[in-house]
Amino acid sequence: MFELLGIPPQVLMGQLLLGLINGSFYAVLSLGLAVIFGLLNIINFSHGAQYMLGAFVAWMLLEYLGINYWWALILVPVIVGATGVVLEKLALRRLYHLDHLYGLLLTFGVALIIQGLFRNYYGISGLPYSIPSQLSGGQNLGFMFLPNYRGWVVVASVVVCFGTWFVIEKTRLGAYLRAATENPTLVGAFGINVPLMIMLTYGFGVALAGFAGVLAAPIYSVNPNMGADLIIVVFAVVVIGGMGSIMGAIVTGFGLGVIEGLTKVFYPAGSAVVIFVIMAIVLMIKPEGLFGRNN
Amino acid sequence: MSVSDIQPAPNARRPATAGMPKLHMAIFAVLFVLLAVLPLLVYPVFAMKVMCFALFAAAFNLLLGFGGLLSFGHAAYFGGASYVAAHASKVWGLTPELSILVGTLAAALLGLAIGSLAIRRQGIYFAMVTLAFAQMFYFFALQADFTGGEDGIQSVPRGSLFGIFPVDSNEALYYLVLAVTFGGILFLYRIVHSPFGQVLKAIRENEPRAISLGYRVNRYKLMVFVLSAAFAGLAGATKSQVFQLASLTDVHWSMSGEVVLMTLLGGVGTVFGPILGATIVVTMQNYLASMGAWVTVIQGVIFVLGVLLFREGIVGVISKWLKRPL
Repeated sequence: MFELLGIPPQVLMGQLLLGLINGSFYAVLSLGLAVIFGLLNIINFSHGAQYMLGAFVAWMLLEYLGINYWWALILVPVIVGATGVVLEKLALRRLYHLDHLYGLLLTFGVALIIQGLFRNYYGISGLPYSIPSQLSGGQNLGFMFLPNYRGWVVVASVVVCFGTWFVIEKTRLGAYLRAATENPTLVGAFGINVPLMIMLTYGFGVALAGFAGVLAAPIYSVNPNMGADLIIVVFAVVVIGGMGSIMGAIVTGFGLGVIEGLTKVFYPAGSAVVIFVIMAIVLMIKPEGLFGRNN
Repeated sequence: MSVSDIQPAPNARRPATAGMPKLHMAIFAVLFVLLAVLPLLVYPVFAMKVMCFALFAAAFNLLLGFGGLLSFGHAAYFGGASYVAAHASKVWGLTPELSILVGTLAAALLGLAIGSLAIRRQGIYFAMVTLAFAQMFYFFALQADFTGGEDGIQSVPRGSLFGIFPVDSNEALYYLVLAVTFGGILFLYRIVHSPFGQVLKAIRENEPRAISLGYRVNRYKLMVFVLSAAFAGLAGATKSQVFQLASLTDVHWSMSGEVVLMTLLGGVGTVFGPILGATIVVTMQNYLASMGAWVTVIQGVIFVLGVLLFREGIVGVISKWLKRPL
């Protein structure tokens, strides 16, 4: 087998895979943030808490109702998305005419409430969620061992990301959405119910976070703090990519995950901060972000 | 509408830079007398904690209320200065006033580094960038040798002021903390009501107009960022001397959130709001400490209600009633 800079290929490939998995979560979460930002112009600070909520709802469905992983994959985004719809209708809607910073502060408060509640009832030690039997085990690829579930996470994320991209960029519904992003008043004048669209868009963005939570449940232990630190990294991802383009969010998410994985191989101490360092560099040379529009 | 709209209307009859209005002077005087006798009424360490957080919130308010910039990473300067001051006291053996000074300078430098990058973006991007850099600093504090990782820097000696007056006792230290924090808040008041503060307000209200008037907007933004970071550092460095401890709590993102909460609750862009907000939040944490994570839930609820119903904050509402800026 070949060696690269004295690093055995098993190690390199293993970290690349781990990076790709982290990248999957970055991509799905930053995609959700970008979709929400596009129409609502707010940064959804509770995105990490809603991702955690997704993992917890999946765990609860299994623990209390005996509903398995595959049903959870469909039900959880619907449930978590519905909580998002309620939040939009009760609270966020009242802030659209104000400075966008208020949306950030409100959703930060919501994140504190969700995390605090789950810490109260479930502690911080983390709950186990087992890998569904169909996806246990793994494949020997010759140069490395690929656990089936991890492969599935990457495939599922890619499918969801490109599905979202297709709906927004290539369908009629997506065209309305993009039009409303540019000029909501004019789109409303054509008889399209823009407030409803905004509400459902927020729900969809939140549902993406819930979906990522279900994917994460079998890999990371389900605990109330699982979203809090992740979301800050995702914010950095979003600053690097810029929120102007859907494809940009996806590509930046996967790309940075891989870069983070490679950093773990070549310079382990820097892997926690490499994304922040890249953010600093991007701010110096292209402040509006790699895919950002300057407005 | 913007953050600035929750500002009480400025007093039109007198220029804002013309000395302190009598009402403000009276409130500061009452506050000073109250603080001078406070150790007789409450536990001095608790009172010192409130004062440190009041200065922290006032420093944050300089940036948000008068510069119009929402930083979500002020824990980095607060906690960073607390680490440096604790290290200076414990390892270098500096006297308390020098340790606090070194900590403050370190926070100013960190503010200069992060601020010069963060001001390249506006609005919510600015908030995300400051948060991300603060998280980077958190990882640094977690891994660096001198910070002691999870343990932090413990049993920091209090030493003697100027090497002469021992401040080991809580009562003696109290008056040092009173002088530092009260002086800091008065200094911030002076900055806001200086010509520099007026330019900041102009930029906050209408940035393109300020640019067209020939102001180098980014320089002003950077300067107010560094000042805010330095005073946040002053508060953090002082706190490390009070608790004889510097730990990861002070650099964690939840600390950045708390200072936003204090300022929002008291009243963004008011003089006395951050002081009141810090007092309420610290008191609440003190009495509800046994309730564990419910404190987080309550803070979240205050955030949500504050943003939905109560954007002026407590002092902002009082100021509206009195029809005078407070």
